[in-house]
Amino acid sequence: MDKVIITVVGKDTVGIIARVCTYLAENKINILDISQTIVDEYFNMMMIVDIKKAAKNVGDIIEDLDKIGEDIGVVIKCQREEIFDKMHRI
Amino acid sequence: MINIYEVNETNAMIEKENLDVRTITMGISLLDCADSSLEVTKDKIHKKITSYAKDLVKTGKDIEREFGIPIVNKRISITPIALVGNSCCKSSDDYVELAKVLDKAAHEVGVNFIGGYSAIVSKGMTHADELFIESIPKALAETELICSSVNVGSTKTGINMDAVRMLGNIIKETAMLTKDNNSIGCAKFVALCNAPDDNPFMAGAFHGVSEAEAIINVGVSGPGVVKYAIKDLKDATWEVLCETIKKTAFKITRVGQLVAQEASARLGVPFGIIDLSLAPTPAIGDSVADILEAIGLERTGAPGTTAALAMLNDQVKKGGVMASSYVGGLSGAFIPVSEDQGMIDAVNAGSLTIEKLEAMTCVCSVGLDMIAIPGDTSAATISGIIADEAAIGMVNQKTTAVRVIPAYNKGVGDQVEFGGLLGYAPIMPVNTFGCETFVNRKGRIPAPIHSFKN
Repeated sequence: MDKVIITVVGKDTVGIIARVCTYLAENKINILDISQTIVDEYFNMMMIVDIKKAAKNVGDIIEDLDKIGEDIGVVIKCQREEIFDKMHRI
Repeated sequence: MINIYEVNETNAMIEKENLDVRTITMGISLLDCADSSLEVTKDKIHKKITSYAKDLVKTGKDIEREFGIPIVNKRISITPIALVGNSCCKSSDDYVELAKVLDKAAHEVGVNFIGGYSAIVSKGMTHADELFIESIPKALAETELICSSVNVGSTKTGINMDAVRMLGNIIKETAMLTKDNNSIGCAKFVALCNAPDDNPFMAGAFHGVSEAEAIINVGVSGPGVVKYAIKDLKDATWEVLCETIKKTAFKITRVGQLVAQEASARLGVPFGIIDLSLAPTPAIGDSVADILEAIGLERTGAPGTTAALAMLNDQVKKGGVMASSYVGGLSGAFIPVSEDQGMIDAVNAGSLTIEKLEAMTCVCSVGLDMIAIPGDTSAATISGIIADEAAIGMVNQKTTAVRVIPAYNKGVGDQVEFGGLLGYAPIMPVNTFGCETFVNRKGRIPAPIHSFKN
């Protein structure tokens, strides 16, 4: 497994999850977990995905999701899981 | 599995609280570049640096992007050049030639700084060491990315007062030669006592002779994160305050450890150490002074400052040590003036003086750092300041340093601007009573009694 964390933050609007999930499906990226919350009235979603079978490398996926975020007016970040794992797990 | 709150906490640290990795520093040994011919030495140095560090900047950027953590600097540290040039440099200008080659190589691989234009003369100076020290002002004036340091003392050897005397003049001359640029050369030179071999931070970084062929050292940062963590703890006990700082330091250091391991694996260079330092920047909120004020001081410099800093420094180490497999370098809170907006404000408000900063250096890393002083400060006074700091380091078995900028043609009330991470500084008054007779004595101050441990 090659886990990556995707976070989406922005004003709530129709089709955010759909748009991100479509991209993930098209690129053979498997979703392992999704959670969602509202922080300071902003839509806040986190996905844990596995990019092991993805056709693209992590750098390209980061770039693509960044562009999709710009398109739909939200901020999409994509980071390798280890940074969170290291910080919050002993 | 990681949850959304943990992810948000990490990202808030990065986006709002200035969490970053301050530097990935690749240490490279240049011992095998030494030759009796200057041209051959230059050639070997250039080849070695540009081949070992060719992917350093790209790898740093890749890690930055994939993990979403800013890595502010990519740097190189090298074997102290006074050693490398020992047999080929017949004059101080020959050493300047080596400085130019280092600068060229650093530009070619795209790093921010290269440290190690240095000499270790804690007990005595060879003829080559003296030539090297004399070359420092010209080397700093004629290059852009070189950082220089001289280790003038240690707990084991005492203080080399002949070197201390020389450095007063060297710092003045550097200020003069770089006067058109606010004497910036002095911001790239530091006099050290008990200098560590594996420090990734500038200006004192060098790749000591105890080190391997090449190594990756990482310096973490994060004063903003610590300040944010304690800002609502006004009425908390010391116990709660200390626990909070420790936990925060642990988290910050784990990020540094991750980056170090990744960089080491990707570059095929062994991991050396994590330097657990709270390194401020001039950015608002990224300040060690702000932490001291959040602990309960009206201004940094007020009574209680030294104790607050001692506690902060200790908690950072206690939290950080467990987060990393190898800790080294300077490891402690930095208290530079020009690189910390809170310190600058404290100086401008009249709360923070050089004397108080000197007291603070007894309990943290590193020393009198990035302090602008009047341009007419005498060389002897600067040597006196270096001797005082070296004495604190020697007796307390810690690293101390002096990086002062006697800003040419400027006085108290003026301000000097260095730009970027080096920031800007108000010129601070210095005690003007003389110390010439003290400085002019030849020889060295002996090692203190508690250094005899065998």
